[in-house]
Amino acid sequence: MALPAFLVYASLYLYPALSNLLYATQRWDGITKPTFTGLRNLTYLTTQDDLFRKALGNNLRFMLVVVLFQTAFALLFATFLLKNSKTNIFLRIVFFFPTILSSVSVGIIWTFLYDPSYGSITAFLKAIGMGSHAPLWLGNERITLYSIALTQVWFHTGQMIVIYVAGLQQIPKELYEAADVDGASRWQQFKGITWPMALPTTAVVVAYTTIQTFRAFDLIFAMTGGGPSYASEILVTQIYNNAFISQKFGYASAESVILVALVLFITWLQRKSLRLNDGTK
Amino acid sequence: MYKTLRATLLAIYAAIILVPCMIVITGAFKSDFEIYTKPLALPTAWSLKNFHKLFVESNIARPFMNSVIVSAFSVFFTLLFASLAAYSIARLVTLTGRILFLLFSLGLAIPGQVNIIPIYHLFVNLHLNNSLLGLILVNIALTLPISIFILSAFFKDLPKEMFECAGMDGAGQFRIYRSIALPLSKPALGATAIFLFVICWNDLLYPLMLITETAKKTLPLILIDYKGEYFTSYSMQFAAILVASLPMVVMYLFMQRTFQAGLTAGAVKG
Repeated sequence: MALPAFLVYASLYLYPALSNLLYATQRWDGITKPTFTGLRNLTYLTTQDDLFRKALGNNLRFMLVVVLFQTAFALLFATFLLKNSKTNIFLRIVFFFPTILSSVSVGIIWTFLYDPSYGSITAFLKAIGMGSHAPLWLGNERITLYSIALTQVWFHTGQMIVIYVAGLQQIPKELYEAADVDGASRWQQFKGITWPMALPTTAVVVAYTTIQTFRAFDLIFAMTGGGPSYASEILVTQIYNNAFISQKFGYASAESVILVALVLFITWLQRKSLRLNDGTK
Repeated sequence: MYKTLRATLLAIYAAIILVPCMIVITGAFKSDFEIYTKPLALPTAWSLKNFHKLFVESNIARPFMNSVIVSAFSVFFTLLFASLAAYSIARLVTLTGRILFLLFSLGLAIPGQVNIIPIYHLFVNLHLNNSLLGLILVNIALTLPISIFILSAFFKDLPKEMFECAGMDGAGQFRIYRSIALPLSKPALGATAIFLFVICWNDLLYPLMLITETAKKTLPLILIDYKGEYFTSYSMQFAAILVASLPMVVMYLFMQRTFQAGLTAGAVKG
């Protein structure tokens, strides 16, 4: 019964993944015959390619910023929206809404919001008398990546709120009641009950958000295409550009092998540190 | 103190979500000048010019239909193949089942986006580029692992006795799958369907790589084209976003719960 699934999966997932390893050892422009170069792609990437290092650094910074803010906001708003009152359910629906949009739509909307002459953010800053401080959100090399990170947080925090609400609702109410009797403050309750009890959910949110940041190709492609001067280039956009713009297919494959290794390593690291925190090792 | 803080933060967050949505919705019916000068105001005159241009000059109905075809077929076949595989993994505890599960789990660990180069060459060789069938096949392959993961977890939680009784009454495995497992898992199937539909409807990377003929383009791809073509006109881009998002928004209004369940199932189960 699993045969149809297995056939599609083996031919269009496993086989490509394996041939990726082969491509990674070749120099290939996609037209002429590939030449075998062994590990040269990999060594060049890791030791001499400054643009790769830049994309890797961007990818990690993008990940850290998004994971930190998205998780913090999601947890904060999930504690606000914990009870299933009508207002809370309505607000969850509102906050979740961006998740159903396409990255391209979100990218276009935020390109407008960030527009230096007409965009609403600049207009807002002017209205409160800070117009002269408005930077080029997507044009300034130093902040582009963070502008896109903000968009990503706007895009997916609602999804994480819903995951957190489901997790936090599992915490027995008696714990909070007992804490109330003991006169614990809200902050103490959060520190003593909510945070430790929500750790498994936090792990899920962090892992999912991390994967999303590695997949942010669509959003970045729609907003900046990786520019200006590679300031918002992450690994997937660089792989795409190396392969389909510069026709360096072997080189791009080697880069995607590194990407797989990196994602597996980060996933493993997160699982491990979570289990340690959880005490259930 | 806590109550005021909570209410303020919730109001600010709601505004940050709703204001951009209002700008896009009203902006689609405005002139560009109005978007720049009064982004939040209602249009002075509701103009359908942009939509007329989209449907008559740019023929947005074409990419819209392509997206419908690709998403519908991808979701249907993914669900069919995934539920069959998930059933055999969850209910027939054999060595093959376990090996299969391991293989599919591998697909969860490897992000599908790293396969773009081999898929591209494979599809060019098979003449599956510039074809909706090609996109459908890619979508099925990419979403099978996560769908199998979600569905097999669900099948495992169904009461064993029902399957045993049916087996004793002489029902074959396929019959049990069709008459017991599937009807019982309607909520899970629905949530997974929504999850898959959102992915297929919104995907850019694979269409970008595989489709170059205008007649075969899907909505996200055509939105990127419009961004270049109408880069001076946000009102046109907003109108195109409205058209492209409408099916999702309408479905979301009627099935928020299924959406929330579906779009978080992948995270929780994965």
